[in-house]
Amino acid sequence: MTTETLLSQQQAVIAEVLEAYPDKAKKSRAKHLGVDAPDGVKGACDSTKSNKQTIPGVMSQRGCAYAGSKGVVWGPIKDMVHISHGPIGCGQYSRAGRRNYYIGTTGVDTYVTMNFSTDYQEKDIVFGGDKKLKAALAEIDELFPLNNGISIQSECPIGLIGDDIQAVAKAYKKETGKPTVAVSCEGFRGVSQSLGHHIANDMIRDEVLPDGSYRKDFESTPYDVAIVGDYNIGGDAWSSRILLEEIGLRVIAQWSGDATYKEMTTAPKAKINLLHCYRSMNYVVRHMEQEFGVPWMEYNFFGPSKTTESLRKIAAFFDETIQAKTEAVIAKYTAMTDAVIAKYRPKLEGKKVMLYVGGLRPRHVIGAYEDLGMQVIGTGYEFAHGDDYKRTKDELAGSTLIYDDVNEYELEAFVKKLKPDLVASGVKEKYVFQKMGLPFRQMHSWDYSGPYHGYDAFAIFAKDMDLAMNSPVWGYTKAPWESK
Amino acid sequence: MSELRQIAFYGKGGIGKSTTSQNTLAAMAHYFGKKILIVGCDPKADSTRLILHEKAQCTIMQLASEVGTVEDLELEDVCKPGAAEFHPDDTTITEGYIMCTESGGPEPGVGCAGRGVITAINFLEEEGAYDEELDFVSYDVLGDVVCGGFAMPIREGKAQEIYIVMSGEMMAMYAANNISKGILKYANTGGVRLAGLICNARMTDREYDLAKHLAEQIGTQMIHFVPRSNHVQRAELRRMTVVEFADKSDQAFEYRELARKIIANDLKVIPKPLEMDDLEALLMEFGLEEEVEADAIGKKATA
Repeated sequence: MTTETLLSQQQAVIAEVLEAYPDKAKKSRAKHLGVDAPDGVKGACDSTKSNKQTIPGVMSQRGCAYAGSKGVVWGPIKDMVHISHGPIGCGQYSRAGRRNYYIGTTGVDTYVTMNFSTDYQEKDIVFGGDKKLKAALAEIDELFPLNNGISIQSECPIGLIGDDIQAVAKAYKKETGKPTVAVSCEGFRGVSQSLGHHIANDMIRDEVLPDGSYRKDFESTPYDVAIVGDYNIGGDAWSSRILLEEIGLRVIAQWSGDATYKEMTTAPKAKINLLHCYRSMNYVVRHMEQEFGVPWMEYNFFGPSKTTESLRKIAAFFDETIQAKTEAVIAKYTAMTDAVIAKYRPKLEGKKVMLYVGGLRPRHVIGAYEDLGMQVIGTGYEFAHGDDYKRTKDELAGSTLIYDDVNEYELEAFVKKLKPDLVASGVKEKYVFQKMGLPFRQMHSWDYSGPYHGYDAFAIFAKDMDLAMNSPVWGYTKAPWESK
Repeated sequence: MSELRQIAFYGKGGIGKSTTSQNTLAAMAHYFGKKILIVGCDPKADSTRLILHEKAQCTIMQLASEVGTVEDLELEDVCKPGAAEFHPDDTTITEGYIMCTESGGPEPGVGCAGRGVITAINFLEEEGAYDEELDFVSYDVLGDVVCGGFAMPIREGKAQEIYIVMSGEMMAMYAANNISKGILKYANTGGVRLAGLICNARMTDREYDLAKHLAEQIGTQMIHFVPRSNHVQRAELRRMTVVEFADKSDQAFEYRELARKIIANDLKVIPKPLEMDDLEALLMEFGLEEEVEADAIGKKATA
């Protein structure tokens, strides 16, 4: 398909989709949809409205502030207990779903896949639950004495009835001397999970970073870095970490995949903070820059091209020893990734992808698909802000449909019209498209696969995409009564 | 028997709602043989103490919290018969009786009292507390309609007629007007109607005229003007209603008259609440406040 026809198709489908709306909704949704291309004109990435309230009545794929705080930022910190404060559902349905891998003995010194909840009952709503929370904190310490702190993740009803969880946390911290952090991340706050990230970052800023006890005797090296905004989904942070270590750096903290409370507090000792998911953790790296003078840098470890580019960018911050090692590392892995490309590119060349994910992936994974010869013809974010769309522009290769907080109806219409070979999105979208007979990859937690970060992981990524599209199963999707 | 009527008493905190409602309901049972269920919807749980001769009854939410959930409660645990003549088995004075229940709720400043009211009323309905023998269910609701929970008694299928207890003081009238707004909100969906203002006299200037005028402005009636009497307090200290304490007293007859009017009442309207400015104008008109010029707003009194 030529660029000309793709662009006109993309423009046409936006107009078509908007036609179905009443005037007010049409006007609002029009601001969230557009087309952009890399060639410098002012396109959708510059003008798309984002971080606005979802229109009631459409099926949004967004999460809530609690999801952003408990599910994304705090949940992966492995040696702290994160208790969901409120009725049982929020805690149980968010349990272990993000595949944040970690090392440790679950239930003894690490707790990530467990569900702690105050299990609110009607009587707790009516009479208030501060006493119940206090009892739960004591019970946690009795049953799990090796925990290194507790975070309290507030569900909606807590904010509605006005329980004073901050006071409970403060009193408990004073009594036990252990980190106890109350996070007021009630789900009704804000328009998406994005506010939850921000609230969670602010609590790390206020309650974790001021703890300098582990920084006192910390022995620094000139090559200390921290990985920030990698949640170790399917082992992503590990496959990133080994590369940084191979080029001669020392990773002193991973935020927050496979993280401990202690390493969170030592992050300000890093020479530079390396930020992967900008959206969910830019707040706290900016704070560390102001408060501790630690600079920060964004990087992208999806696909060999971006990984190589990022490694060079990181190395440029350090001395020549690191830079030389980096080149050696790049050369070593490039041989491997070239072989991967040689194997899969012929089968994937020219295939079209549409993405709809959150955080950093709608822009960060574009390069990985391009390494396989594939083309991203549409991308969008669940909960991005303007700065995410501005960063997306640099990643575009051709005319791309841009959709912010796209709803089920719109995405389905876009896919039907643009006919991509692969849809890469979340679990809520997965079966919609698979039942349409379209290959699909769940790109929130890598469809039980991964890791996808770094060179080694690229082999897994390439294999997964090939499997999704070229599986023989697609030959059997025709019904018997359909003509051959 | 006649069809069950569900009524509710609303009004500003401290206005004497619980006292007025219990005395009136006692009169309905004592003089007119009515069978009544009181549903107290106030965390203070003082809507039934004069009928029960008790300090405060064990509440639905309190008991539910002790046994775990409200589903584990039995109706008998929370629904108590009135004392002496108000007991269903005591027919020496009257065939009428009063059953008492209190929703209960949290201490001031914690939890959600409104949710307690919702839970309690749902429980009573599901358990069949509103049995066929009853003539009246009466809800006694705290202060203002501050949130959805306290509007529960006026939502669909609940209280159909609302009596607002008020006095000639500005804040009491302001609250009465506010409650009318709450009634208006549910009037079209739930069928709730304003049935009258009860003026519990504070003996302020021109109180009778003012209350009567306000009632007319809102589109309702001042159903009764209850004068002040020391008998009320004397009875209250004995945890009794005036009706039971001195059933031949003038004050008991006032409540008898109010009870008669409520039983016979057929003026039930969708209220027309006043704007704040109109309400202030009303107070000025009746000389409660002097007219204030625009340039005097926010200025201190001169010594």
